[in-house]
Amino acid sequence: MTAEIKISVRQLSAFHGRAESLRGITLDVPDHRILGIIGPASSGKTTFLRTLNRLNDLVPDFRVTGQVLLDGADIYQPDFVVVALRKRVGMVFALPVPLPMSIHDNIAYGPRLAGIRDRQRLSETVERALQAAFLWDEVKDRLHTSALRLSGGQQQRLCLARVLAMEPEVVLLDEPCSGLDPISTAKIEEALVALKSRYSIILVTNNTKQASRVADDTAFFLMGELVEHGRTAQVFTVPRDQRTSDYITGRFG
Amino acid sequence: MNLLSPKWTQRIAIGVLGAATLATLLVLLFIIVFVLEKGLRTISWSFLFTNPQDMGRAGGIFPTLVGTLLLPLLALAVAVPLGVGTAVYLTEYTREGRLTRIIRFGTDCLAGIPSIIFGLFGFIFFVTILKMGWCLLAGGLTLAIMILPTIIRTTEEAIRAVPYSYREVSFSLGATRWATVVKVVLPNALPGIVTGVMLGIGRCIGETAAVIFTAGSALRLPHSVFDSVRTMSVHFYILAREGVSAENAYGTAAVLILSILLLNVTTYWLMHRFIGRRA
Repeated sequence: MTAEIKISVRQLSAFHGRAESLRGITLDVPDHRILGIIGPASSGKTTFLRTLNRLNDLVPDFRVTGQVLLDGADIYQPDFVVVALRKRVGMVFALPVPLPMSIHDNIAYGPRLAGIRDRQRLSETVERALQAAFLWDEVKDRLHTSALRLSGGQQQRLCLARVLAMEPEVVLLDEPCSGLDPISTAKIEEALVALKSRYSIILVTNNTKQASRVADDTAFFLMGELVEHGRTAQVFTVPRDQRTSDYITGRFG
Repeated sequence: MNLLSPKWTQRIAIGVLGAATLATLLVLLFIIVFVLEKGLRTISWSFLFTNPQDMGRAGGIFPTLVGTLLLPLLALAVAVPLGVGTAVYLTEYTREGRLTRIIRFGTDCLAGIPSIIFGLFGFIFFVTILKMGWCLLAGGLTLAIMILPTIIRTTEEAIRAVPYSYREVSFSLGATRWATVVKVVLPNALPGIVTGVMLGIGRCIGETAAVIFTAGSALRLPHSVFDSVRTMSVHFYILAREGVSAENAYGTAAVLILSILLLNVTTYWLMHRFIGRRA
């Protein structure tokens, strides 16, 4: 891989109390590419994603060892500002969670936190983010109605737009299409492929087909371990590990 | 062995439950109609807005109207920030543990203490030790302590009812804990908080014992927080108890009922407007 490295994970282990949910993960995430993470339930995919923006800090009894380097700086160093980290590393959750406010205010939530008060500038940011998430045409006439009235697929694109409005460097997606119909899924995938020129994207998915469709690189997690990591084409056609081959051919998981 | 067919069980259940509801409504309605029937004819502009004469035998109830407005207002001004602050701290800034459980148990106990005990405390501490005398301030602070547990517990429940995912989203967008509380948690908990505050206002307005002990029962308009006041409830109690004027007592009671009605209607109207605008 020749691309520039955005996030470099070194010997990362994670523990919930005594239980070890990630075991010594070492992985490089290149910039301007989509990394797909596949693996069966409770393989540590989500935990891994949440260590990258330190959202696991909120979980009692959670701790990590090892390093996560964002542009070379260890995000688990005590002097690393978590709030600033989460502005650079945005996240879209499995279930779309629009905040109970208008579409406009949902998107403007991040920029407002960053201190932007100018209405003109905010509405430009909102429009740009919605366009990038392919949602603008569907909602441009009702920006000030409640985001809760959008359909599930629209809500998830709203969540993506809300992340993009912060102008992050990395976008983490945690099974973003698990509750969506095929058409909504296709729209999200289309948006992701269009976005990778500007961001580094990590996509956790239960749907191996989705990884093969959109991911440039694919990592296979199993029981907290990184089993295989490589170009998507290679992982899906000539997997190096038997377990990867079993998983993508549907023999387990 | 079932003696009754499901159809009859169903009918009896509906009958009994419906009768219970009806009985409750009838009793409430009877009380309200009874008081209004006796009191409404006394109410007039001059009854509302003139000073009482001859210890309340004649004249209006204006000072007690003012007292009923100011005393709960003062109590809320103290109790709401403290109560909401405590609830936010307990729910958002601490992990569930022995200490939070003890605090919660303590608040529950405080909520169950009879108001006269708070009155006695207010009398000893504010009126006597702090030398405030019977006054608006002593009464307001006493009532504040009295309603504090209610406000803390209802606010806590309201905050807990805000979905955890909202907080996660807020944090993931780079919000601090404080920003999350202000922008997401409190606005969504507002209806529940308002319910708690309304319960508190109700208790303040209806209180007599603790008020007589701490705010006194002077029938003059207060000029500062260090003046004694009389609330409508206290006025009603004195008029009825000492047999001063049954007519004016019922008039006061009717005003009390109507003002509580007005308060509830406006609060719910405001709340629905506010929520309607947000979601």
